[in-house]
Order: sequence, then C-alpha cells, then structure tokens
Amino acid sequence: MKFDLTSEQELIRKTARDFAEKEIIPYAAEWDRESRYPKEVVAKLADLGFMGMFVPEEWGGAGLDQVSYILAMEEISYGDASVGVIMSVNNSLTCWPILAYGNDQQKERWLKPMAQGKTLGAFCLSEPQAGTDAAAQTTIAKPDGDGWVINGVKNFITNGPSADTLVLIAMTDPSQGHHGISAFVIDADTPGVSVTHTEHKMGIRASETAQMAFDDVKVGADSLLGKVGEGFKIAMSTLDGGRIGIAAQALGIAQAALDHAVEYSKERKQFGRPLAKFQAIQFKLADMKMRVDAARLLTLRAAYVKDQGRRHSSESAMAKLMASTTAVHCAEEAVQIFGGNGFSEEYPVEKLMRDAKICDIYEGTNEVQRMVIAAGLLA
Amino acid sequence: MDFSLSEQEELFVKGVRDFARGEIAPLSKQMDEDGIIDQGLLQKLKEQGFFALSFPEEYGGVGLNTLTYGLVIAELAKVDAGVAIMVGVHNSVGSYPVLRFGSEELKKRVLPEMAKGHLGSFCVTEPGAGSDAASISTRADTVDGGYVLNGEKIWVTNGYHSRFFVVLARLDGQPGHHGISAFLVERDNPGLSVGAKEDKMGLRSSDCVSVVFDGVKVSGENLIGEKGQGFEIAMASLDGGRIGVAYQAIGLGEACLDAATAYAQEREQFGRPIAQQQAIQWMLADTATELEQSSLLAHKAATLKDQGKPFSRLAAMAKYSASEMANRAADRAVQIHGGYGYSKDYPVERYYRDARVLRIYEGTNEIQKMVIARRVLQGEH
Repeated sequence: MKFDLTSEQELIRKTARDFAEKEIIPYAAEWDRESRYPKEVVAKLADLGFMGMFVPEEWGGAGLDQVSYILAMEEISYGDASVGVIMSVNNSLTCWPILAYGNDQQKERWLKPMAQGKTLGAFCLSEPQAGTDAAAQTTIAKPDGDGWVINGVKNFITNGPSADTLVLIAMTDPSQGHHGISAFVIDADTPGVSVTHTEHKMGIRASETAQMAFDDVKVGADSLLGKVGEGFKIAMSTLDGGRIGIAAQALGIAQAALDHAVEYSKERKQFGRPLAKFQAIQFKLADMKMRVDAARLLTLRAAYVKDQGRRHSSESAMAKLMASTTAVHCAEEAVQIFGGNGFSEEYPVEKLMRDAKICDIYEGTNEVQRMVIAAGLLA
Repeated sequence: MDFSLSEQEELFVKGVRDFARGEIAPLSKQMDEDGIIDQGLLQKLKEQGFFALSFPEEYGGVGLNTLTYGLVIAELAKVDAGVAIMVGVHNSVGSYPVLRFGSEELKKRVLPEMAKGHLGSFCVTEPGAGSDAASISTRADTVDGGYVLNGEKIWVTNGYHSRFFVVLARLDGQPGHHGISAFLVERDNPGLSVGAKEDKMGLRSSDCVSVVFDGVKVSGENLIGEKGQGFEIAMASLDGGRIGVAYQAIGLGEACLDAATAYAQEREQFGRPIAQQQAIQWMLADTATELEQSSLLAHKAATLKDQGKPFSRLAAMAKYSASEMANRAADRAVQIHGGYGYSKDYPVERYYRDARVLRIYEGTNEIQKMVIARRVLQGEH
C-alpha cells in the first residue's frame, strides 16, 4: 500500500493550490458578501482543464484520474467552497453521467463543450417533496412523437441560473416506482425551462442555487440518457461519485479552518503568552488535524476505488460523512479559537463556518450517508 | 429548591410571550437582514419597561427576581436572540455595576434614566484584551475634579444606541487587575466616539460597536465603587450576565426544538412524516433532554443569586451548558430541515448563525471552564 502521490498528481495539487491563492482567496469574501457568481474564475478553471478533469481528452476533458480530481477539488475549495461546488457539480454530476451513460452523439453534443468549460452543467434531481426520498419524483416525462415532453419543478439546483446543459431526472412510468424513472440531458434554453426562485443561503453564497420549472418542455429522443427506467440507477451512481467531490470540498474548508486556527493561535496573545501555549488550544488543534487526516484518507480511498472501476457507494458515503462533519467541527473550533473576532465578517473563519454546514446536507444528508453505509453492511 | 413562579410572575412572563410573538417575531427576519433593531420596536420595548426589568422599584424599575427575569429573556430569545441580548446587556452588565457598586448619588441620577430606556452598555474588551480582561490598556488619569479616559473598547453590545457606558480603565497607570477601576461615561461626553457596527455572522438585530475614548473627562462622582475595584465589579457583573446568556440560549434552544418538531411532523419522505424515523426522534430527544438539563442549571444559578448566595460557579455552568446546547439544537434543527434549513426562507438558518456567539461572549466557554475548575479546585463542589 502506497500513500504517496504520483508526480503528476502532486503537480495537479500544486497547480490548484497556486490558482486558489492567486485567483480565488483574494476575492472570496467579496463574492460571499455580494452573493456573486464568479463567472470569470470559472472560465479560468476551464483553461486549466478543471471543468472536465476525468473526462478523456477525446471528449474535451483533461483525461486525469479521480484522485487528481479530488486533490484539485480540495485545493480549489480551500480557496472558496462556492467555486469548489460549481466545479464539482460540473465534473461529477453533469459530465460524469453523460460520460458513463451517454452515446457518442450525446457526448459530442453535450459532454465535449462542458468538459472544455465552454458550457456549464447542472443536475436536476431534488424536488420540493422529493429530497432525501429522491425516488418520489413528480416531474413527469411523457413520450411525444419521437421525443418527450417534460413537466415538473426541481429544487436546490446548483449552477441552475447559469447552466447551459441540464441532466434531469424524471418519472416516465409512475406505476414502476423507482424503476419508472429515467434520465435526460437537455439544453437549458429549451422553451419552457425557467428559473422560478433563487435561494438566499447561509453560506456558499457565490454559488447559485435555484428552483427551476419545466412547463411542457419538448425534447428530442436523443435527450434520453441511458435506457428508459434506468434513471434512478444513473442518479444514484452519479451521486456516488459526486459525494467524493463534496468530501473533497469539505476537506478544503476543514484544512483552511485548521490553517487559520494554527496561525491565529500563534499570533494572538492573552495572559501574556500566545494562545498556542495553552493545552486546551493545543488539544483542539490536535483533534482538528487528526480528523482532517482521517477524512482525507477516506476520501482518497473512495477516489482510488472509483478509479479501479469498483463499486464505491459505501466508501463514498463514509468519505462524505466523515469529511462534512470534520469541516463543520473544524470551522466551529476555528471560530472558537478566534473568539469574538471569529463571529465578525472581518475575519475569514466566520464564512468558513457558514460554508461548512451545507456539506452536512447536500448530495445526501449525513442521515442518507448513514442509510447507505448501513444498507451496505446489512445487504 | 423551588423554581415555581408566583401567579403574578407567571402572568408577567405570559405577557412577554404574547408581546414577543405579536410585536417582535414579525420583524425578526427583516432585522437580521438589516443588521439593526427596528426603531419602532425599540421604542415599544422602552415603553413596555423592558429596560427596567431588573431595576428596583425605587429607581423606576420593575424589580423582577432573577428567575422571572431569566424566563423573560428566554421568551424574547425564542423569537429573536438579538433583541434578547439587547435587553439582557442593559439589565445586567450595562446597569448592574452602578446598581450594585455605585454611590447613592450616582444611582439616583442614572438608574431612573436607564429604566426609562436610555440604554446602557459595558466596555471591557479591547483589541488586545479579550479572555484576558485584566490586561486592558485603556487609561484613566486623575486630573482636577475627576478623570480623563483614553483608549479603545471593542465588541460593545448596545453601544450604537447607548447613552450610558460602564468603562473599565487602568487608573494612573497602575499594573495588574488591582489597577483597574470602573467609570460611568455618558454619550455626550466630548471625546467619546462610537465606531461602525460590526458585520456579524448572527445576532444581527443587536448592535456591536467599538468605542473610542479620546481625552474624555468625567467627574469624580462617575467613579463606580472604589478605586482599584473595577476588575471585581466586572467579574461580579459578568456572573449575573452569564445567567442572562444562559436563558437566552434556552429560549433559542426552545425555538430550535419547536421548529424542528413542527417540521418533522409536517415533512413527508418515504411516504410518512420524517418524525416517524427513529434517527429524527433521537435528535429531538437529545435536544429536549439537554434543554431540561440547561434549564435546571440556569434556575439553580438564578435562585442562588436571588437568595444572596455565591452563584458564580453555577452561572458559569449554566452559561456553558446552555450555549453548547443551543448550538447543538440549532445544528439538529437545520439538519432536520435539510436543504430548507440552509435557506433564509426558514428561521432555523438564522437560529444556527445566532447560536454561535453564545459560546463566545460573556466569557468564552473556555473561560467558563476556567471559572468552574478554579472553584472545584478550591473545594467548592
């Protein structure tokens, strides 16, 4: 067993860190304050090949492995978790299902420009009444001539307002339960697609989250992704990969919190000495470090298992659960070490704490991850 | 120990509950967005006597005992934790130093004004002196007829609106915590300037400002207590303030539990309300249990204070326990709401941000543990 990165993986990590330090960190607080989608940075990520990292070069991607993608995701999220999730949704939730289930025409039309970063992707699964219970889909796709007509409402769509390409999950045969669900890939500018509500959120405020309505949206037969009835499987396997991306996002937040906490505790003096000299603070730092490393090992293992082409549902769920709780814990401890300054928007850890909490919730809540892990054990 | 209220006290708390629901709750979301209390509401709070709660009747106050006062703070916090801390700071650390340690002349001059709603605040923390409050560097120098103050205070709750500032300063450059004295400074004293409001994660209806003292002259009568007694005054005032923060946390915890319970019963996934899932039930059970634990600690601290017995150990425990509870309660409430819990369309998003500072102010929980440990090591347990 080797724990060292290859020189290529190390280069990717370093490239991502340098990019985060130069292009993201100086501006992240402003994007957060203004809830501004940083379009110009997404374009620069595309130039680096980060919007289609594991997509083969023939389909416009960088042709890298999952481990490289995870390393880059952590470093980009270290700079700003919003940029991290924009990147993760494009790579894991939109490029991946087309790569895994699409035919060559679909890959040429939708995957290639998205992997090149010329278009942006979004993944439409959640609905107002179908969150954790994702199989309770009420969005309906009915056959219509050669193609389909889609009606329904999707919730919490990351990248929604800026997206060009949507991977959409819809019910094609309600009598079949989750076997009656199918997946589609469609253009976001198809008539009938609209953004009906933009969320104002606690954190990750530079990433867009929207409710989207689909009113008599007519798409061609070539929009069906995979086979009819395969949609739930496509959604779940997509999320298995997405969760590794979110785990990496959480790791970036956790590592940033730890770095700020270490630095501040060395600088800040109370009772005539740096906070870092107090055992209570040292132990907080020690616990943060231990949890970050444990979460990183779980995350890299999940990416490795995915690279091997093996099933990784449980590995991904454990990585995501461990990393998200670690991010929340580390951000909270960083705020505590900063004291009153930690509650102020003038210091960076306040934002880290608001950003971290979403990791406990999206791409499956912590409770869903436990359901997945338990199901794996009890199968 | 009997924690029951008299009929009159019960009625008072109920009146506050109705006021909070009717007058404060509809404004909370907007005040969070605006980062300041609604000025019409502030006026109503003054008229209703919220800034006179803990003051004796002889100074124009309501004269509530600590237990009833605590329950009032909890009712306010249940709808808006920021409003609760504005009222709490004024009724404890903003006024208690004068009430408990001030000369009779000072009390007669200041307390009736405060009780009318001229807000008080408490200026201890400095950029370089947070947990280590004894290391403050704001100076007070003796001059003819009084003192001149120079220095900067930060994290002054209510400072944006306050007329009265209790200020801790080092008298004539004397070292150590015995070198600190307490002064009452009024807003119109030349040389006092109030800085911009802090942009905070939460508790945004309450204001926090920095206050600069640049050659502020006060008369000798504005010394609170004895020379060199300032640190003792601050610590004694914080003991009481911590009980208020504990009740603030309890109110916020109750709000989290109520919101989580209602949502869990209403939200259906997998064909039934999520309240029927054991994982959700256990979250609710944990919050309910921790709420009771924290309430008992707060009631005991309040009762000891009302009985005139030492209560700083219990106040520290109540604040520590309740603030940690409120954070866990808010986290669980957001978690139960799922994606909606992260959206500003639901109040639990605000509860989560509001809860965080309770573990930090009126002494971080690390300070509470130092207080508790010191007492334990002295044999008080």
